Amino acid sequence: MIVARALFADNRRLVLCIAVVLIAGIGLPLLNLLTPPTSALHVPTYVVQLVGKYLCYALLAVAVDLVWGYCGILTLGHGAFFALGGYAMGMYLMRQIGSRGVYGNPLLPDFMVFLNWKQLPWFWQGFDQFWFAAIMVVLVPGLLALGLGWFAFRSRVTGVYLSIITQAMTFALWLAFFRNDMGFGGNNGMTDFKEILGFSIQSGGTRAALCFASALALALGLVVAASVVGSRFGKVLVGVRDAESRVRFLGYRPENYKLFVFVVSAMLAGVAGALYVPQVGIINPGEFHPANSIEAVIWVAIGGRGTLVGPVLGAVLVNFGKTWLTGALPEVWLFALGALFVFVPMFLPNGVVGLWRSRVKRAPARADKTAPLARPAE
Amino acid sequence: MYGFRRVLAGLGLTIGLLFGAPAGAQTADIGQLVTALATGSFDDKEKAIVAIAASGNPRAAAIIEALGAGTLYVRKIDARIVIATPKAGGLALADAATGAAAGEGSEAELDRVRVNNRLRRAIEAAVGSLTLMSPDPKVRREAAAAVFKSRDATALAALESALAAEKDPSIRATMRDARAAVLLGSDASEAQKLEAVAIIRERGDREALSLLRGSQEANKGAIGNEIAAAIRSIEQNLQLWQAAQNVWYGVSLGSVLLLAAIGLAITFGTMGVINMAHGEMVMIGAYTTFVVQEVVRARAPELAGASLLLALPAAFVVTAAVGVAIERGIIRFLYGRPLDTLLATFGLSLMLQQAVRSIFGPTNREVSAPGWMSGAFELGQLTITYGRAWIVVFAILVFVALNAALKRTSFGLKIRAVTQNRRMAGAMGIRAPWVDAMTFGLGSGIAGIAGVALTQIDNVSPNLGQGYIIDSFLVVVFGGVGNLAGTLVGALSLGILNKFLEPFAGAVLGKIVVLVLIILFIQKRPRGLFAQKGRAVES
Repeated sequence: MIVARALFADNRRLVLCIAVVLIAGIGLPLLNLLTPPTSALHVPTYVVQLVGKYLCYALLAVAVDLVWGYCGILTLGHGAFFALGGYAMGMYLMRQIGSRGVYGNPLLPDFMVFLNWKQLPWFWQGFDQFWFAAIMVVLVPGLLALGLGWFAFRSRVTGVYLSIITQAMTFALWLAFFRNDMGFGGNNGMTDFKEILGFSIQSGGTRAALCFASALALALGLVVAASVVGSRFGKVLVGVRDAESRVRFLGYRPENYKLFVFVVSAMLAGVAGALYVPQVGIINPGEFHPANSIEAVIWVAIGGRGTLVGPVLGAVLVNFGKTWLTGALPEVWLFALGALFVFVPMFLPNGVVGLWRSRVKRAPARADKTAPLARPAE
Repeated sequence: MYGFRRVLAGLGLTIGLLFGAPAGAQTADIGQLVTALATGSFDDKEKAIVAIAASGNPRAAAIIEALGAGTLYVRKIDARIVIATPKAGGLALADAATGAAAGEGSEAELDRVRVNNRLRRAIEAAVGSLTLMSPDPKVRREAAAAVFKSRDATALAALESALAAEKDPSIRATMRDARAAVLLGSDASEAQKLEAVAIIRERGDREALSLLRGSQEANKGAIGNEIAAAIRSIEQNLQLWQAAQNVWYGVSLGSVLLLAAIGLAITFGTMGVINMAHGEMVMIGAYTTFVVQEVVRARAPELAGASLLLALPAAFVVTAAVGVAIERGIIRFLYGRPLDTLLATFGLSLMLQQAVRSIFGPTNREVSAPGWMSGAFELGQLTITYGRAWIVVFAILVFVALNAALKRTSFGLKIRAVTQNRRMAGAMGIRAPWVDAMTFGLGSGIAGIAGVALTQIDNVSPNLGQGYIIDSFLVVVFGGVGNLAGTLVGALSLGILNKFLEPFAGAVLGKIVVLVLIILFIQKRPRGLFAQKGRAVES
């Protein structure tokens, strides 16, 4: 009921967005598979791959938006949850290689053989089962978020302090995962995957299925986010964002609300990472780099924070721009990205969606109501 | 008084040895020895080497060195023994025994005096003991240190006479150590050996330790016990020095952190502006240093040693100007929106990095160290490089100057007034926007100065600033916002903590442990070590 109300009460754009995502997620892979390469309707494989990647980024952006746009927690460490989900999936995929690795060891992944390890570390146990890996994909980021959030929100670390702590967290993980003795492949990470659930990871069918799975995950993520923010719970979240002290004085406990939404968001990010890894075929410590997390934030800012459609739009737009610019004019990409960071907060505080909304409705009062972040944070 | 007389007596003895004996007799002697050296069997040669080294003849060093270098020849025509030095179109010859010129010759007219490995060892020992008497103090010091390492028993006699003649107290100490090392390895009497152990124990460094450990096998009984006690005492002593070393490294790292963070303490700490491009200000300061160095090299090479000093004001002006431009162009529109400020300045840092990369290229640029910053000095068992020492001094100077500027000048007063109560400050006639711009410029300028210092210890690359930004924020947050003393304490304690964790956990893990500790610390004291109190805190 709550879901239905959240979806249909005042958010037709969200329904439209989910529909577009699903159609793209099904339609493009099908066009790739079913039409001959010569056909005008044919979609090249790399486009399917790109779309799948963008959909994963979009899910990460929705996760960031859930905590930033609706709860005022500017996280600069969501890339860490994304990467942890990716590593969990990567460990499953590594175990699936089995004895087809370079060293042919049936149990140990290549890099462990290379490091002269004799047995599988305890934290690799169970990752040969997909269900176990799937649980870990949400459990590990969720637990990390729970631990960090519990400490941070209870002692009322807010604003930029919290941002810096989350950034320090991903920075620490970034350093840690570079180490060989951590047991996650060190600098090189994990790659050379063969199969997922018994299907070859290279085959067109698997790619199409992964792209579709990403679309489905994004759609479900949007539904989850919509049900969170559309409920009474969500109203309190927005209250926490706009005036945390006032919410506390009214008898709520903001730290619990923040903790819940932070954990849910981390889990969404973990799922996004898990879907991302089989599509790009590699996971390495670079995914933990603080810059990745901040980039995810700018997707949300450009699309429009505090809306659910915005992050999807922002993630796809920015990443499309990135793919295009890094190919065409690599020197310009960082200038463009930097300029986006500078000008969006200054001139477009509500992102593309906010722009569209104020154009369509021509009602500045309403735009103001949806621009709470333009006011000082507490 | 006694010591002085002894030195005088020793000096007189040496002079007597060197010059007092009748010159003719000595040359005759040396002539025979040289003949034995050139024509005898290998056994005769070895004896001759020892005899020449012990003769005290001024030609001794030249002869034995020539033998070692293979430039001692017998001339075929007259069997005269000569030392050859290469010159244009052949070899210049000199009589070995007298040093008198003996015409020229070519390889074909000469027979080289041959040596084998056993002789080479004898030659090395002889040269070592001869150089102990060299007039050059540096050579003497090195020779004594070489004897300490080789523990060559044959050098004992030469060492003792050199010791009697030596006037420089530090070289005397080295020679005494060397003598003790030789004695410990020889079959000297127990009393002598005990004395030697005491001397080496006093020396107390790693070499002394390894020397004692090495001689533990051969010496049992009372001497063995004494050696074991000495080893224990040296080990304890070395542990203390190790701790002191860690503290020094920690202070050194802490002063780098302080330099990087102190500008941030102004912009973030007092203004509340979260400037993610702060690291890029440091980077621009470093590149300014590079440019200044290149200009000085091209235009005024005689000022090369001072280019770092010239770069200081240049870097301050350049980065302060960039800072003011950023404040006027971007940040002032975002006051009161810290999260947006964070994003905008992060974007700015990306653009600045890319701009520098486009202008200067992605590779590291080299800024050379001036003469007064290279080299090192010893402090007890610590080796302190001048570069690091200067950076510590420089960090303290910057800290003191900045503190004074904030506390004692009218500009500092205005900054503090605007920080505490903007509207009231405005009512008193302070132009708050102007103060904002100047404060931001000051913080950025300090970052630029930090960049000048960092050229000496880090690579000047577009990514230079990135490595410092997170650390700097941690320092400021840890030390407490809005307070320079907190930044100082925060930087030093983080630096020292890091260096003490490194030996146990490794550099990377140590860093992670520090991060976790800071996160836990912020739980306990969310406003840092030196928290601001009062109403302003919550707003």
